Amino acid sequence: MIITMPVDGKTMNACINKSFGRTQTFLVYDTETHQNTFLANAAVNSQGGAGIQAAQFVVDQKTNAVLAPSIGKNAADVLTGAGVELYTTSDCSIQDNIAAFLDGKLEKLSEIHAGFHNHGGR
Amino acid sequence: MQDSTTTGVGNLRIAILSGKGGTGKTIVSVNLSAVCDDSVYIDCDVEEPNGHIFLKPVISEESEIKVLMPFCNDDLCTGCRACVDFCNFNALAYVNNKIMVFEDICHSCGGCKLVCPENAISEKEKIIGKIKIGTSDNVTVITGIMNTGEESGVPIIQGLLNREFPAGTNVFIDCPPGSSCSVMESIKEADYCVLVTEPTILGLHDFKMVHELVELFNKPHGVVLNKCTASYNPSKQYCIEHDIRILAEIPYDNELGKLNSDGKIIVRESKKYRETFTELLGAVTKEVQ
Repeated sequence: MIITMPVDGKTMNACINKSFGRTQTFLVYDTETHQNTFLANAAVNSQGGAGIQAAQFVVDQKTNAVLAPSIGKNAADVLTGAGVELYTTSDCSIQDNIAAFLDGKLEKLSEIHAGFHNHGGR
Repeated sequence: MQDSTTTGVGNLRIAILSGKGGTGKTIVSVNLSAVCDDSVYIDCDVEEPNGHIFLKPVISEESEIKVLMPFCNDDLCTGCRACVDFCNFNALAYVNNKIMVFEDICHSCGGCKLVCPENAISEKEKIIGKIKIGTSDNVTVITGIMNTGEESGVPIIQGLLNREFPAGTNVFIDCPPGSSCSVMESIKEADYCVLVTEPTILGLHDFKMVHELVELFNKPHGVVLNKCTASYNPSKQYCIEHDIRILAEIPYDNELGKLNSDGKIIVRESKKYRETFTELLGAVTKEVQ
């Protein structure tokens, strides 16, 4: 199973990032091989629709589940449309959240926010 | 006046803008319109059009404004993602062997349809607002109204301004607040810009932004200082220091405030202010010629 998280650094000691669409980095973690891959988020500097672009990228990594503090509506539509399951992270630590997820202790992400769109205007 | 407008019929197009809301754009616009023999008033503040409250037009015509949204035929789509990669706004995604369209993000550019090698993308209409046309004595009133929840009023403003106007009539464009796309669209074809400001730090702050905008657009412009009192006026000071033409100073006056609060056209009620606005119109006309 592949789980993906928005993170703020390229090590396993980094924190979970608060933003899904605008995170610098995604951690793609394979629960079977325990392989972790850090990938740059191409959507970080996009003018708009960052959540959609980031979600497309995450789907393309064959992700089965996303662990994040919150996810915007558009990004959630893309992810759920692809059958990706969404879970709410409990704290900052990558390791703790992966462990909690494997123990079945993470809650399904239920509150989808409207997105932080149009900051910078158009 | 030469044929510098798109319609090319020799009428003056005067845009009224301010940056900050509540400085008096609409008051200046409707009263300038009302002192003309024949005029057109266009409310481009499509998110909250309010010129009609003063002009109370009798509506004779109503039309819908539509934009085009991409629509993908899944049977023809091969999943090449040319459209997804092309879209600069990220309005498209390809998941589960299907194209998803995010209509709130789409700018209706039509690019996805053009780049699709399979001709899988067609376009469908989406209504985003409407335009109402009516008359108020000597003034033709054209109002744009954007539907709640829509993201951009630009297509409605284009619908308001891309039309023929009767020859010899002055057209007054009441702009939205701010200095973003919708304001740029509103002043694009204007012959002259009237900047309305007030004696406050906030008014001056936003005035500087719209002043920068009209300079960037190379639009001839002048300033109406509204709500003037005997106290220090930072906006006036700025105009003097930067050699910006002051067209009129309107006092912070009880009579004017009351007429305005009652939704009255000031120049139709007060002889004194009829003169003020007639002089302002004269000053603007002289500036353009």
